[in-house]
Amino acid sequence: MQASRFRWHIVIFLAPAVIVYTAVMIFPLFNTLRLALYTDVDQVRTFIGLGNFNRLFGDPRWSEQFWNALGNNFKFFFIHMLVQNPIGIALAAMLSHPRLRFAALYRSAIFIPTILSFVIVGFAWKLILSPIWGIAPSMLDAVGLKSLFAPWLGKEAYALVTLSLVSVWQFVGIPMMLIYAALLSIPEEILEAGEIDGITGINAFWKIKLPLILPSIGIISILTFVGNFNAFDLIYAAQGALAGPNFSTDILGTFLYRTFFGFQLQLGDPYMGSAVAGTMFAIILVGVCIYLFGIQTRMRRYQL
Amino acid sequence: MNKARTNPVSAAAMHGALILYTLIALFPVFVILINSFKTRKAIFREPLSLPSSDSFSMIGYETVMKQGDFFLYFQNSMIVTVASLFFILLFGSMAAFALSEYRFKGNLVMGLYLALGIMIPIRIGTVAILEMMVATGLVNTLWSLILVYTAQGLPLAVFILSEFMRQVSDDLKDAGRVDGLSEYTIFARIVVPLVRPAMATVAVFNMIPIWNDLWFPLILAPAEETKTLTLGSQVFIGQFVTDWNAVLSALSMAILPVLILYVIFSRQLIRGITSGAVK
Repeated sequence: MQASRFRWHIVIFLAPAVIVYTAVMIFPLFNTLRLALYTDVDQVRTFIGLGNFNRLFGDPRWSEQFWNALGNNFKFFFIHMLVQNPIGIALAAMLSHPRLRFAALYRSAIFIPTILSFVIVGFAWKLILSPIWGIAPSMLDAVGLKSLFAPWLGKEAYALVTLSLVSVWQFVGIPMMLIYAALLSIPEEILEAGEIDGITGINAFWKIKLPLILPSIGIISILTFVGNFNAFDLIYAAQGALAGPNFSTDILGTFLYRTFFGFQLQLGDPYMGSAVAGTMFAIILVGVCIYLFGIQTRMRRYQL
Repeated sequence: MNKARTNPVSAAAMHGALILYTLIALFPVFVILINSFKTRKAIFREPLSLPSSDSFSMIGYETVMKQGDFFLYFQNSMIVTVASLFFILLFGSMAAFALSEYRFKGNLVMGLYLALGIMIPIRIGTVAILEMMVATGLVNTLWSLILVYTAQGLPLAVFILSEFMRQVSDDLKDAGRVDGLSEYTIFARIVVPLVRPAMATVAVFNMIPIWNDLWFPLILAPAEETKTLTLGSQVFIGQFVTDWNAVLSALSMAILPVLILYVIFSRQLIRGITSGAVK
């Protein structure tokens, strides 16, 4: 019917979004992957194939920091999975209880840390945990646990765990909200049917609700994965670009920043920076693929 | 009806747990805010008490006002956030309309192409983005940030808005066509007003990450006159580490705008998340 006439309005509707998205996101993404294959020889851009990656994974000057950052990043991720998501699910389960009073109030209050910037969160916790100010030690003293206090952010052994927990504190609102939404969408009849069969209270949660919200748990897991492997701000705000003490809180984002921009005695290297970014891209891509093809398609979905 | 599901003991336990977590969530914010209004002595002597007539002091805020150009930072953050949201909504809804309304060759591929960016963070391309901004002279301008945030926000915006636009009844649009309205008028006068709630959701989702971002302001626009509030407070606090009054006041000043926005928009945000916009 309209085949003879070219529908220009479709092009006009699509063009701005496609142009901005392609020019500022997709093109630089591939260009960064391409730059990872080059290096600087006497100020001339020279192709060296996978040389940068060889240095990154094998040359002790780079690899030591890289593997440290990667390992820390996995710890950062596992702490989120083990602490943030279960707490988020538990909070959502309580909030979705039909007779609970003040649910909206709790929900809004618990979500507040999520809207704060990393700078605020990083510094606020740094001050609170600081031995100089003494809020944390005096609060522990009040419950008789003062001996447990240590300057957590300043100790290599604890700093990463502490920052991970701060990050959990900040972002617990996101799994909470998504799971809450999933729980609300479970029809009343299913729960009533369960009740007739004698499944109530906590049993109803484990046997009926949890299997039904598994797809949402999958989504929060992949969101956590992507967010964690791309994290930077909190560590930078709390510990600076050097991710101290002694790189114990270094993750891929801070490592990328240092590699790209340099710090103190080391000069920035955009090509090595691209190689780090390329590695992050590969990790995130693998994670997303595992989720899309390995988990999402196999998950049993129930028609509600 | 469903009395079996609530007994008073478990209700009390739930309230206990929720109150405890609410306290954990709010405590740091509360401590920062109350201490920003105290004298240095009181900050250290009684960090947990409210400011009294004795301990009340605005000295921190005075230092911040004198030293940092927070009004400029605030203005920069406002410009960047509002402009980015405007472009995300305008371009996003146009593209979403094209994808949801017309059947054309490549529709599915285009949709998938635009959806790629939902999962892949734009930060990965930072090296090339900086190179491009330097080459085009946009570095240290607010435009560089606006462009990046627009590109970053578009994928999810297109995805959510096209889901909602599919639900707009065809009869309405066809009636418009019969009346001789152009496709552009149908988009602007019929479809956009109907998906306004979805657009508000997209705006609220994008607002917070843009306002709070530290990475791109640090890399693309670190100059004094283009600093955003987030970067400005980061730098300010870094310089004034030992001046506790100033640090606490700067933190409070950074918290307040977001908190006010949240109070205004929290309904929209929560409704957006729970209505399944991101499922």
